[in-house]
Amino acid sequence: MKPPALQARALACERGGRRLFEGVDFTLSDGQALWLAGGNGSGKTSMLRLLAGLGLPAEGEVLWRGQPVRELREDFHRQLLYCGHAAGIKDDLAAWENVACNAALAGYRVSREQAEAALDRAGLHAVAAVPAHFLSQGQRRRVSLARLYLEPLPPLLLLDEPFTALDASAVQQLGERIAAHLDSGGIAVYTTHQAHGLRPQHQKRLDLDAVAGGAQ
Amino acid sequence: MTGMLAWIVKRDLLLAGRRSADALGSLAFFVIACSLFPLGVGPEPAALRSMAPGVLWVAALLAATLSLPRLFSADHADGTLEQMLLSSEPLVLIVAGKAVAHWLVSGLPLVLLSPLLALQFGLDARSLAVLLASLLLGTPILSLVGAVAAALSLGARSSGVLVALLALPLYTPVLVFGAGAVDALGAGGGAMAHLLLLGAGLGFALALAPWATAAALRIALE
Repeated sequence: MKPPALQARALACERGGRRLFEGVDFTLSDGQALWLAGGNGSGKTSMLRLLAGLGLPAEGEVLWRGQPVRELREDFHRQLLYCGHAAGIKDDLAAWENVACNAALAGYRVSREQAEAALDRAGLHAVAAVPAHFLSQGQRRRVSLARLYLEPLPPLLLLDEPFTALDASAVQQLGERIAAHLDSGGIAVYTTHQAHGLRPQHQKRLDLDAVAGGAQ
Repeated sequence: MTGMLAWIVKRDLLLAGRRSADALGSLAFFVIACSLFPLGVGPEPAALRSMAPGVLWVAALLAATLSLPRLFSADHADGTLEQMLLSSEPLVLIVAGKAVAHWLVSGLPLVLLSPLLALQFGLDARSLAVLLASLLLGTPILSLVGAVAAALSLGARSSGVLVALLALPLYTPVLVFGAGAVDALGAGGGAMAHLLLLGAGLGFALALAPWATAAALRIALE
């Protein structure tokens, strides 16, 4: 039997001596999305970091196509686009240079034209050559998310508050991009508090408040 | 794989070029620190000649240490370090690239400036050549070992002080053999043994430091 694409098995997470959540089990197959919900401090970002292999769970494990992600390392990273709370933007680089740098770190080189085309799709063509220092928070977020408009897009998207600081049109555009990715068989896990138009057909919702652990 | 290493070096050089004040700051510190000694000690040529290797080496150590806290902290603060840990290329290569770029920005300029500063101490041509060779072999060790200290202190409060406290004791052998090479020449012996030991130290640091740094970064971000 084919293993699920992404699986969390009895995951527990601790931060600062406090157990944020425990006993989290879920599976995601190709084309499915998971919306991580919960109040501030419920562990949404920690969960995304565990799924990316950045954090070490207190208990349990994360599997990618049946294998632990922390053993797969670079093989898993090739399948993953992680957009964390910090935008990963360098103030001293132009917007297009930031897109090219982040793409290069992910393992594929893009030309200035390709980076500018991605920024164009993210609605930032006019500021492609402007140093990120001069961009607003929303524009910086869009620069960070411009990687979503580069091809090829890896199958697994882990997005931490992707809609934050975006205007209504950008929220809609991003929602459409994620939906298109899911329609083509990709997987997305995202956190958000914000109202958004993303209503994929096969979406699961995990409320981390419901699996909160007690104090240690 | 080497493509990623070269790309990281190019990226860090580009960033250093855009924020040149940081690199120029440690270089200015090196020049000022070396220049203060002749003013403080006095113009006695023999005394200046004998202290020259030690002064230049200690100033180089301190100047290299000054720029270490920034090696990973900026990437950590803006989220780039997370992307580095999630790169499809081995983290060891990225770390090695950053150490190479650090040496090119903070180490190589010290080596190139040292002949000029050595003039203040009245070093002869042979001693100067040995000093240059020792700095050329020793300063890359400072960047490689310093990267381990910078990674270990990442996220800590007062990380600048902590980096210095971690790195400076590890720099001691480099200082001893680096400054000792010129002293050995002055004492009538050859400097080759000291330079070979520095070379061995460089090989050792190249083989181990990127792995240790990568492991420290993974722990720091967990």
